[in-house]
Amino acid sequence: MTAQSDDLTFEALRSSTVLRRGRILARTMSVVLFACAVISVLITTAIIWVLVSESWVFFRQVPLLTFLTDTQWTPVFTNARYGVLPLLTATLWAAGIAMAVATPLGLVLSVYLSEFARPRFREILKPILELLAAVPTVVFGYFALIFLTPLAKQFIPGLSGFNLLVPGFVMGIMILPYVVSISEDAMRAVPMSLREGAFALGMSRWRTAFSVVIPGAFSGVTAAYLLAFSRAVGETMVVAIAAGQNPNLTSDPREGAATITAYIVQMSLGDLPHGSLAYATIFATGLVLFAITLAFNVLGFFLRRRFREAY
Amino acid sequence: MADALHTSEARIVAASRVQDMVFAVLGITVLLMAMAVLATLVADLMSDGLARIDQQFLTSFPSRRPESAGILSAWVGTTLIMLVTAFLAIPLGVGAGIYLEEYAPKHWMTDVIEINVSNLAGVPSIIYGLLALGFFVYGLGMGQTILVGGMVLALLILPIVIVATREAVRSVPSGLRESAYGVGCNRWQVVWRYVLPAARPGILTGAIVGLSRAIGETAPIITIGALTFIAFLPPSPIQATAPFVNFDWLNSPFTVMPIQMFNWISRPQAGFHVNAAATGLLLLLMTLVMNGFAIFLRYHLRRSLRS
Repeated sequence: MTAQSDDLTFEALRSSTVLRRGRILARTMSVVLFACAVISVLITTAIIWVLVSESWVFFRQVPLLTFLTDTQWTPVFTNARYGVLPLLTATLWAAGIAMAVATPLGLVLSVYLSEFARPRFREILKPILELLAAVPTVVFGYFALIFLTPLAKQFIPGLSGFNLLVPGFVMGIMILPYVVSISEDAMRAVPMSLREGAFALGMSRWRTAFSVVIPGAFSGVTAAYLLAFSRAVGETMVVAIAAGQNPNLTSDPREGAATITAYIVQMSLGDLPHGSLAYATIFATGLVLFAITLAFNVLGFFLRRRFREAY
Repeated sequence: MADALHTSEARIVAASRVQDMVFAVLGITVLLMAMAVLATLVADLMSDGLARIDQQFLTSFPSRRPESAGILSAWVGTTLIMLVTAFLAIPLGVGAGIYLEEYAPKHWMTDVIEINVSNLAGVPSIIYGLLALGFFVYGLGMGQTILVGGMVLALLILPIVIVATREAVRSVPSGLRESAYGVGCNRWQVVWRYVLPAARPGILTGAIVGLSRAIGETAPIITIGALTFIAFLPPSPIQATAPFVNFDWLNSPFTVMPIQMFNWISRPQAGFHVNAAATGLLLLLMTLVMNGFAIFLRYHLRRSLRS
């Protein structure tokens, strides 16, 4: 044994400065990275805390029951009424119309992409669809108000300049790429052997898609629609621009009506004194919005996870 | 007998072919419809606003007269906000993504973080605006500044960066990690020297997609109470005297392009609608270029992984 190789004993290695520095850095970084991940949890906590604490002023003055059942929303009038129903129904109308557009189109498109289109063709089509999702929502709002509404007025009698129908339709097109990408993922996760079994029985691609693939991917496809609905409920600029800012409890989507998000935008544009009741209303309505989207998101998350585990 | 069987089989096959053909045509029709909406939108913006984009438009402040108004303060605001957003969201998101893929032990805490990230991705953007209004603007007393605007957009795109990082890190072959561990690297060295460089294109793609989303985001910025009429520029980040950089701009009031556009849409004069269309066209161009670049990167990445 020479002296040189004696230096390379295990003990010497352990105490070497270079390695010790490396170990300290590694330990520090694992704490730093953990902190990064924990910040995401803190964001959710902060959201809930802010929404609840800032709307506290509101719920101390307006009973929850009045808030949920009164049919008028006139917070800035002298004789103020605080019923969230007009905002809520407008929100659901717009999101419902969006789903009525996105559901059939999304189903056809995702079946087409997953079962019919050739892989090479699909690789070209999917990015193009994604471009549709990349368009800023304020641009979609402009399109709905300045271009589509005047056009739709020629075909739909009684359509107002601000209405729920056109922004609902535009939102439907807007969430289409989102629906397609999730439900197509779910369909492609269905094992090939199930399809081959159906083909062997003489089924066409079309029948295979609807009686084997879609039932097999059911939870994932449902998740796609739940998540898309949540997105439509929370969408802001399209409805704020094209559906008007007038709270209106209506059963006619040809009329304009402010959604929850449009109301928050409208109030934020004015000067809201911190701590006032008007300031608290945007947090109270925001809390309702958050609760709805949270419910759909969590449900969607678990359904999506289920289809991933199924195969 | 055998012949009859053959003909009925043939009929089923023929009927299947027809059904499939009909459905394929239907699929392509829907696809073309979606494309037609996008094309109409672009054509509409171009016919309304393309002629309005000139040097005057890019170098003027907003004005009461539509023909002398411009988007100088808006595009400067958008650029500065994006700087803050990128500076905050990319390190945080990449850090969280690496933790979840490379470090996280399998227990309830990890599950909570995971459910949480996927839920954050679905929280409406306007809720982030309310968070920033209640917490940053009033809770911490930071006011309606560029820093707050950048922070709220950073929170908004954090889930996108995290998810992209996780996918990119997951696709790094495990042989690379094992050989690095084998020659004595510790975990951080493996991540920093081998995993991150290999995952870089994927992470970059996610970051670009996230930033392109942030550029067009309007609602959260309106909610924090950003002004719509800004006729001055924030202090310059670069100065002639030492230390040559200046962070006063972070505390400056601001406006951004989507807000300027929204403001012009909500005015009755047609001249302002032309301005809105021109702004929308520039916004659209920016997001499409960024997304196009991201798609190109991903395509390139896939090819290089295959070979």
